[in-house]
Amino acid sequence: MKLFAFEKCSDISDAVKKTSASDTAQQGANIRFVAGGTTLLDLMKLSVETPDTLVDINRLPLDKIETTRDGGIKIGALVRNSDLANHPYVKSHFPVLSEALLSGASAQLRNMATTGGNLLQKTRCVYFRDTAYPCNKREPGSGCPAIEGDNRTLAILGTSDSCIATNPSDMSVALMALEATIVIKGPGGDREVAINDFFLLPGSTPHIENVLKPGDLITHVVVKPMPAGSRSVYLKLRDRASYEFALASAAVIVQVENGKVSRARIAMGGVGTKPWRSLEAEKALSGSAANEANFRKAAEEALRNAKPQSHNKFKIELAKRCVSHALKMATT
Amino acid sequence: MPATKDKSNSPIGRETKRIDGPLKVTGNAIYTSDHNFPGMLYAVPVGSTIANGSIAKLDTKDAEKMPGVKGVFHRANIGKLFRVAPNSDYNAFSDEDRPPFEDDVVRYYGQYVAVAVADTFEQATAAAEAVKVTYNEKKPNVDTYLTADSKVKVDSERGDAQKAFDAASIKLDETYVTPAETHNVIELHSSVAVYDGTTFTLYETTQGVMNHRNVLCQVLGVEPEHVKVISKFLGSGFGSKITPWPQSALAAALARKLGKPIKIVLSRKMAFHAAGHRPRTQQRVRISADAGGKLTSIQHDYLNHTSILDDYKENCGECTKYFYSCPNVRITTALSRRNIGTPTSMRGPGAVPGLFATESALDELAIKLKMDPIQLRLINEPEKDEDLNIPFASRNLVDCYKTGAEKFGWAKRDPKIGSMKRDGLTLGWGMAGAGWIAERFSAEATVELRNDGTAKVSTGTQDIGTGTYTVLAQVLADKVGLSLEKCEVVLGDSSLPPGPLSGGSMVTASLIPAVAKAAQKAIGTLLSAAVKTPGAKYFGVDQKEMDYTEGMVHKKDESASAGIPFQQVLDSGNFKFILGKGSSESTFAGKPESSKHSYGAHFVEVTWQEEIARLRVSRVVTVIDAGKIINPKAGRNQIEGAVVMGIGMALFEHTNYEPTKGAPLNSNLADYILAVNADVPDLEVHFLEFENKDLNEYGARGIGEIGLAGLAAAIANAVHHATGIRIRELPIKIEDLLV
Ligand SMILES: Cc1cc2nc3c(=O)[nH]c(=O)nc-3n(C[C@H](O)[C@H](O)[C@H](O)COP(=O)(O)OP(=O)(O)OC[C@H]3O[C@@H](n4cnc5c(N)ncnc54)[C@H](O)[C@@H]3O)c2cc1C
Ligand code: SF4
Repeated sequence: MKLFAFEKCSDISDAVKKTSASDTAQQGANIRFVAGGTTLLDLMKLSVETPDTLVDINRLPLDKIETTRDGGIKIGALVRNSDLANHPYVKSHFPVLSEALLSGASAQLRNMATTGGNLLQKTRCVYFRDTAYPCNKREPGSGCPAIEGDNRTLAILGTSDSCIATNPSDMSVALMALEATIVIKGPGGDREVAINDFFLLPGSTPHIENVLKPGDLITHVVVKPMPAGSRSVYLKLRDRASYEFALASAAVIVQVENGKVSRARIAMGGVGTKPWRSLEAEKALSGSAANEANFRKAAEEALRNAKPQSHNKFKIELAKRCVSHALKMATT
Repeated sequence: MPATKDKSNSPIGRETKRIDGPLKVTGNAIYTSDHNFPGMLYAVPVGSTIANGSIAKLDTKDAEKMPGVKGVFHRANIGKLFRVAPNSDYNAFSDEDRPPFEDDVVRYYGQYVAVAVADTFEQATAAAEAVKVTYNEKKPNVDTYLTADSKVKVDSERGDAQKAFDAASIKLDETYVTPAETHNVIELHSSVAVYDGTTFTLYETTQGVMNHRNVLCQVLGVEPEHVKVISKFLGSGFGSKITPWPQSALAAALARKLGKPIKIVLSRKMAFHAAGHRPRTQQRVRISADAGGKLTSIQHDYLNHTSILDDYKENCGECTKYFYSCPNVRITTALSRRNIGTPTSMRGPGAVPGLFATESALDELAIKLKMDPIQLRLINEPEKDEDLNIPFASRNLVDCYKTGAEKFGWAKRDPKIGSMKRDGLTLGWGMAGAGWIAERFSAEATVELRNDGTAKVSTGTQDIGTGTYTVLAQVLADKVGLSLEKCEVVLGDSSLPPGPLSGGSMVTASLIPAVAKAAQKAIGTLLSAAVKTPGAKYFGVDQKEMDYTEGMVHKKDESASAGIPFQQVLDSGNFKFILGKGSSESTFAGKPESSKHSYGAHFVEVTWQEEIARLRVSRVVTVIDAGKIINPKAGRNQIEGAVVMGIGMALFEHTNYEPTKGAPLNSNLADYILAVNADVPDLEVHFLEFENKDLNEYGARGIGEIGLAGLAAAIANAVHHATGIRIRELPIKIEDLLV
């Protein structure tokens, strides 16, 4: 861990100003926002993140959950994961989000972790977290030992020859299914990005994980209401019963009319290099009868392009079962 | 003999809250790393980033110039450190014999190659990171497939096992594997060393203050009386604190070198490198039986990995020798060397991995025989220890099976695979037996009766979190007939009378005779003082006519209440305290007359949800016969904790050494999966307290380890019952079942 400066900021534009001088907003940034610190400080102690300056955003007025006129919600970037999960309106109207959050980390971590920080949490790839190893995500061009090495928990969707790291977030999977919008304030003003466009695939630049540029502050996450009659489930599969990242998870939102699925949103966690929305599975399912055979078909579609590594082939079947069981749970 | 006549009033066997509980929950229990001294410096080791090779160059220049840094120490400047002479008495032994920095060879990842010292922990950490080490690197060997690198030794042999096996028609030949596991104690290993120019005071995380002192004086090259080891409270050890690890020697050597108190606290990651682990085992089990299920042969050939320099043997055949009746048995052992830190005991060493193999094999055999697994065990229940050809001191394994079966509802088990269902889940029911040694270490203790009406027992053992303070208070209270509140227990200091190592679950059994004798001596001296103090009530009475009952000194022919409180004797004689010493002998010396073990049985229910490949342990009934349970509250807690650890062993835990660098990859608590609260099933613990007083007058044996023995097999057997899949390599992973 190296020495760093710790700065407070007076307001949102000050925060943006202070970080806009950073050389990047991606891996290795020299100026970083710090929110709950549960990802960032951990990585700084491991010397995986080595910022010179931390800009503390915890006092910014971004800690509210507001209901929008259409019945959706606007979540401040600093709303703690536990507050978001336990918010009565979130529980009643966006149970999939609440369930996803509560399945993640531990109560103590959720009390610290923020909405913005959760979106930007880093992979748990063991090589990424240990500077004794090369890693394309940490040091571009240095190589990817995970491809030949320990990759049991790593991704099977969206991988590249450069990186197969899993995005570990549970919250983001639910937000994918909810088609959330990320609101960003940057040096050039405000902009809104659909969550599916927010995360980038590793390709040949795995160190670039999202669309953020220096100075970009996530201020809010906006979620539209689920269509009336929708039912949702977040199902997370892992070795032990709690306090572990997903080996596979699924966030599903479905509407069934007259025994047929009229609308489906299907996203997966623990299997993709980004939180993984499966348009293929959604397409396969819409219009078809809500039964187990069709759920399984949709799951097959979702994993059609999966590429296993030496130790994670089982995740293909596990993810299929996860998706189809989540659909079954949501429709019965 | 004095003390409580009314046994219903006895503290022995009573549910007793921990006497150190209030200190712990209020944060007033001072653990090793809580010790701070004026001028104290922090030391942080530099771990090697290769697992095989040598140090080519150590560049400490940048590190030395950093703020607050007092120096960077290594082979050239730390001062001479020595080895420990071989020891087989468990009172001066280490598992990692090489003192730190002895040579420039690196034999495992994380081996300390230097140590940075600074004013603060953060400065020392930064300096340690700034030390630049160049290595001559060789490919490490952390291969998980084990082959013998040492001579194969026969542990035990009777009859002709191979011949019987060849002749048998019902037989099984399988290999069972248990992975390397890291103890992951919550209180990290730490050492705080103070040197006053002559004497070292070492605050240590140790399961053996005496052993630690006897090792460290040799390593430092000083007389034993110049080393004092203190360990008042421990946040568990599970075996990883039985013998000293290199950070202890570093802290002491630096305290001597710099003339300042030194604190070293390992990181979680370092504790995966250089603080022991349970080694990987690979056990080939060949058993045969006749058509009726009577075992005709057992061959148990096991290997375990060890480090390059040390011969750590995981005694997997320990239970195999005596557990089953069988005329033809052969058990062999060999070591497989790896570029991995030195292994050590982990809760239930030997028996725990060993029983996973043999108790799984028995289940497989029962299936071949189409026989209930309990029935198979009953058929093969021995009448005596067939290995040593001596009677069992107390073997009530059959009662454990029967009680467990009844409490669990085993009679309702349908042996057909996957046939039992509940709430849409498939149930699997499995069982296994458990065994653990019951012995005594030698031990000494003193008991004081004090003029404020209280009593104190002192001994150089330690409470590793299991409840030793409380158990000894109960024993003292019983022996001097005082209430628990009036009984003080002093432990965790090597200058006390030598007490036992907290290993092998032997502390309680070892200390009872010593404390009883010490109390008896103190009371004898008290009575002598009562009759010899001029002017005192009983002055001049023949001591033989005197008695002591529950704190009262009185004549035998009068009631206790007619006598005087014992502190009056002390007051009238002007004694501050009256002291008695007692000792008990080790049971290891000589040929044993009886085979002493504790026994138990586990009954496990797993739920299997095939649609999502979710396996959970839902219910465990464990029955243990470990003789008299002195404190059932703490006792149950020991077994419950062991069962939870066993769930971790069966389903989650393994230390994963990466083949290119040899580093344990999952060296943190997020990636090393242990059982968490949500994994704790419905637990039921029953103690059968059969009387056997071979070890001590209460008939108490140890309970710290037996709860883990056999559990992984019971889980694997239950998994087979639910899924039809036999897992012979732990942990049982989702991918093993997703077929
Ligand atoms: C042991 C452990 C187990 C865990 N288990 C799970 C799990 O099962 N499931 C799961 O989903 N998560 C899990 N997590 C991850 C946890 O959810 C994240 O660490 C947490 O959500 C991060 O939030 P934070 O506020 O602490 O982020 P920080 O650590 O403060 O920040 C993370 C990153 O986001 C940036 N950042 C923060 N806020 C903003 C903003 N508003 N705008 C722009 N950039 C910003 C920071 O600069 C930093 O780079 C676990 C974490 C740990 C340590
Ligand atoms: S998978 Fe990605 S994060 Fe992991 S080592 Fe490879 S490049 Fe690095």
